[in-house]
Amino acid sequence: MTSLLDSIGYAGWALHALIWLPVLGIGLVLWAEEERAKNLAFWWSIGVFVLSLGLWWAFDPTSGAMQMETTAPWIPAWGVNYSLGIDGISLFMVLLTTFSTSIAILGSFNYIQTKQRAFYALMLLLEAAVVGVFVATDVFLFYVFFELTLVPMYFIVGIWGGERRIYAAIKFFLYTAFGSLLMLVGILFLFWKAKTLMGMPTFAYEDFLLVPLTGTEQLWLFGAFALAFSVKVPVFPFHTWLPDAHVEAPTPGSVILAAVLLKMGTYGFLRFLLPFFPLASQHPTVVTTMLVLAVIGILYTAWVAAVQPDAKKLVAYTSVAHMGFVVLGIFALNVNGLQGGLVVMISHGISTGALFLLLGMLYERRHTRTIAEFGGIARVAPWFATAFLITALASIGLPGTSGFVGEFLALMGAFESHPTLAFLATLGVIFAAYYMLPMVQTVFFNKLETDENRAIEDLNTREMVILAPLCALMIIIGWNPTPVLDRMEPSVRVVIERVEEAGARAAASDVLEAIPPVEVTQTLDPEDMNDGSAPAMTDGDE
Amino acid sequence: MASLATLVQGGGQTAVEGGHFEPFFPGLVVLLPLLGFLANGFLALQHARASADAVRGGAELDLGDPSSRPATHTLPTWIGPGVMAVAFLITLVNFTRMLGAHLDEPVILHYWTWIATGTFTVDAALQLDQLSMIMMMVITGVGTLIHVFSVGYMKDDPGYPRYFAYLNLFVFFMLVLVMGSSYALMFVGWEGVGLCSYLLIGYWFSDREKADAGKKAFIVNRIGDVGFLIAMFLLFKNFGSVDFVPVFHDAETLVYGGGLVTAITLFFFVGAIGKSAQMPLYVWLPDAMAGPTPVSALIHAATMVTAGVYLVARSSVLFALAPLSSAVVAGIGVITALFAATIALKQNDIKKVLAYSTVSQLGYMFVGVGVGAYAAGVFHLMTHAFFKALLFMGSGAVIHSMHEAYHATHNHEDPQDMRNMGGLKAFMPITWVTMWIATLAIAGIWPFAGFFSKDEIIWYAGAWAGAENAPYPQLYTVYWILALAAAMLTAFYMTRMMVMTFHGANRTGDEESKHLHEAPPVMWVPLAVLAVLSVFGGWINVPEALSSGWAGLGGILPMGEWLHHWLEPITAQAHHIQEANLGTYSYYAPFGGGEALWAAISTVAAGLVVLVSIRLVGGRTVVPVKDDAAEMSGFAKVLYNKYYVDEFYDRVIVQPILRASRFCWKVIDAGIIDGVVNAVGWGSKGIGWVVSMFQTGTVNTYAFILTVGVLFVLGASLF
Repeated sequence: MTSLLDSIGYAGWALHALIWLPVLGIGLVLWAEEERAKNLAFWWSIGVFVLSLGLWWAFDPTSGAMQMETTAPWIPAWGVNYSLGIDGISLFMVLLTTFSTSIAILGSFNYIQTKQRAFYALMLLLEAAVVGVFVATDVFLFYVFFELTLVPMYFIVGIWGGERRIYAAIKFFLYTAFGSLLMLVGILFLFWKAKTLMGMPTFAYEDFLLVPLTGTEQLWLFGAFALAFSVKVPVFPFHTWLPDAHVEAPTPGSVILAAVLLKMGTYGFLRFLLPFFPLASQHPTVVTTMLVLAVIGILYTAWVAAVQPDAKKLVAYTSVAHMGFVVLGIFALNVNGLQGGLVVMISHGISTGALFLLLGMLYERRHTRTIAEFGGIARVAPWFATAFLITALASIGLPGTSGFVGEFLALMGAFESHPTLAFLATLGVIFAAYYMLPMVQTVFFNKLETDENRAIEDLNTREMVILAPLCALMIIIGWNPTPVLDRMEPSVRVVIERVEEAGARAAASDVLEAIPPVEVTQTLDPEDMNDGSAPAMTDGDE
Repeated sequence: MASLATLVQGGGQTAVEGGHFEPFFPGLVVLLPLLGFLANGFLALQHARASADAVRGGAELDLGDPSSRPATHTLPTWIGPGVMAVAFLITLVNFTRMLGAHLDEPVILHYWTWIATGTFTVDAALQLDQLSMIMMMVITGVGTLIHVFSVGYMKDDPGYPRYFAYLNLFVFFMLVLVMGSSYALMFVGWEGVGLCSYLLIGYWFSDREKADAGKKAFIVNRIGDVGFLIAMFLLFKNFGSVDFVPVFHDAETLVYGGGLVTAITLFFFVGAIGKSAQMPLYVWLPDAMAGPTPVSALIHAATMVTAGVYLVARSSVLFALAPLSSAVVAGIGVITALFAATIALKQNDIKKVLAYSTVSQLGYMFVGVGVGAYAAGVFHLMTHAFFKALLFMGSGAVIHSMHEAYHATHNHEDPQDMRNMGGLKAFMPITWVTMWIATLAIAGIWPFAGFFSKDEIIWYAGAWAGAENAPYPQLYTVYWILALAAAMLTAFYMTRMMVMTFHGANRTGDEESKHLHEAPPVMWVPLAVLAVLSVFGGWINVPEALSSGWAGLGGILPMGEWLHHWLEPITAQAHHIQEANLGTYSYYAPFGGGEALWAAISTVAAGLVVLVSIRLVGGRTVVPVKDDAAEMSGFAKVLYNKYYVDEFYDRVIVQPILRASRFCWKVIDAGIIDGVVNAVGWGSKGIGWVVSMFQTGTVNTYAFILTVGVLFVLGASLF
């Protein structure tokens, strides 16, 4: 496979194609006839997904550095480049995006009945923007993609959403836009610093890593970036836009929102927050704050989820709890925690995406999402019930499913560094059962009473085609996550080492304010990562 | 992922120096039930689809008689018990091979790397040693019998293939639990069996109460699972691994009685409390009787609920290092044994009696492993699997017969209530005899299996109290007395159950009793096999002090302390630690007397209790449920209502959490957080509105504002 990919020069153009093919698809979908739009969009997205699969082989799993890097000047006056690259962290985010987009498009065939061309065009635009977020290695380019994702999502919720869609769409837009504006200020600050350092304007990720920052500066910038990403994740207490957005969004919107848009927040933590501000990221107060917020997110939203009468809102709240595990893992600041967080990101994308699809299918049959309206439908829809149960179990982290691997590692990592908080977070395991099982029981078990429920049809072929790969992935990753973990590990280590190195230097110089001048080129150098030797120091401190 | 060949054969073995043990396809033992699950599961879904069409068409029942459909009846009948029988045979081959080899080290078969993050690695690997072998024998052996019994018991059930799918899946996870070579893999089985328990308790999910019972079991079990997880995290943090071999090897570096090992073991025990239904988390097990009766036999008596005992026995090295934890284990065990036994005294539902009896007997097993008698705990686990599976299946045969009697006469009485039974021995002689054998076994009557295992546990409790450097000797004396007392209660409530069910006059009803019948061979043959095991099963471990005396018939009972010796490679390290720290065990009970004397006293006492209670209960008039208007009062009422523990939990834990959840949602989330967000939203909208006032579109206004602004700026620059 690798040689085949080499022979077509895959590594050179794949990332570009993953952004621009969906954009090209927009044109085709808009130009197509209304009733053909969905099929065209689906097969187009399948093409993009198949193309993205090549990354699995083209990616060098032994290296933690950015790979397949390409760059071209975009706005030379500001030093903005169109530069892309991928590492073990973004690899899976890209695959998750292309996969979820195909699944979500196939899942909208029944749900979306109006303005189909516009809808599918927006879905493809969303795909392009999200892939862009994950592969951009220029901070300006990242920011553009990051903001661009808001636009299609705003319209998807605002046009095809439920009754309170306008409120939800505006809340979603304002909440997240507010967060990212502060980040923009932070980016501009870093830009000026980098310009001074380099003697020329630059937004390159690697250049930003070189910017020397005092501890105080780091804390302020950390705050600005963390706020933007925390809203996106969402971290408690910035989460209240999510349930509204989910409830009002059409099924495919919810799927994409849960599966990939939330991940942009935690991806930002890993890609920018920790590497840019390593001292602030390990400041005890900061770490404790983030972990406490994560624990509150896990426990509090589990409780809130448990008493939701609306099934979709319930699942929306569980998303906050799951993302709490991701944040917990990340701020464990060790290999297990980060890897666990990443696996939760993938697993949550699959299982919560599947839950939203299933609830959407239920809604199409019954035109309600109120849990109490259902009952006993496992008797008339056994395949449906089976798929839902598997998904629900993966969602609550039953061993043998992807959910367990992620939560287990995230909790284990957190326990290494902060046992008490990790203990509290582990209680989330109980409350996961507390919110999920009553819903499963009320909807699928108990007595089959009403005629409406009796008439519910089982899964059709299209729905099985949607759910089968999702359920299969939950179980495959649950039993054999190693191929995934192997590819992440080097990149995760790059992040951890950067944080640890900065901490070690600050401790060595005994001044918290001191920030290592130049320390980053090495961490991005694949050679050094390969032999695992300590990166060469340029300041002679060590 | 490993290829199928390595999956079955096992990849690179290690640590086989101990003997010439050649594992015989051990992977198949695990794989077969999984394949059975997949096949039956597929058939179940096919069947359910057809059944769903009938339901949608308006049928009140699902599909009528499933036995008319070969794909959903004949196939599962062969696949379900079939995979179990083959798995048992393979286990048997491995067992005999291990008998011949003198295995000092466990054999570990690696299949693939399960989780590897760079700092943490755990393999998908099976561990074959004396302990896992005993568990495998019990699980596949008793499991096969229960599968066969189910063919008769579940014959007319509309969900027949689904039942066997769940049952096979359960066995798969149970085998992962006992064969996994690490705590992490054990946890996979641990939660997996919990899932199957959930599915099987709520098997008749259309009944809300039954679905509720399944849910309760899952959630309560998860409370325990948190303990298991934390214990694993502690192990990893301190040993860098959760594999058995390295952890037990490194455990020697731990301080005896130190905080760390005490914490690890206590957290593990929290897990055991949940899974093995001990105080205070036992409440799910009585409710679990909502499942089909063979499920109660397999999961809630013979195998799954004993997982906690297996966990402690497996971790014997750690528990031996933590005397405080061991005291807690034995203490919780003995309190549970006594507490549950008192509740069993007053229950009228035959399965509820057996459920509380199981909770009580599990308590005994924890006394065993808590006093460092790990082999004795496992011994009681094994004999209990025989006689309790027999009792449950026997009660299943009774319920089956009662159900058909009521069904045939369109009577809606409760077929499980013993007040509706009585005199069943005339109708079901085989069930009657086999259940009496099991009753004598559980009551601890010589020479039945339970006598030897229970006696050994009680004896060690007393012996610990007399050990040279025993911590808390008085405490263990109390344990010893309570364990003896609970044994007497056991003899009483079991006899009461037998008398109410089988003796005296029949209370089922004149018309109804014509339909009572003995169980078919597919059901009574497993009973008979277990009856044989309930008699002779205890002879494999006759204590040395007894084997040459009266209890061993002067050495005629042949096996001596076989199980004890068999498990020595597992328990040796723990015993070594105990000897180094406790000194030798006492050869005398707390108030004098040797093991043989106290064994004689307890079996005679238990025998007397049985005889007395036959007279006592037999002499009492029992009336059928519909005629029973007697109000209970005083302590009897408290016992009948199970000490109101469920009500207490509901009021103190469940309802407050629900209230807090609603508070979080309505007040904090929707009120405070969204309030602030909306206020900001309205605020900015308000500002926007004020600002928009200036955008009149009238040039005059703009000019005016501009002028004022310019004047203001100019004015400001003057100062």
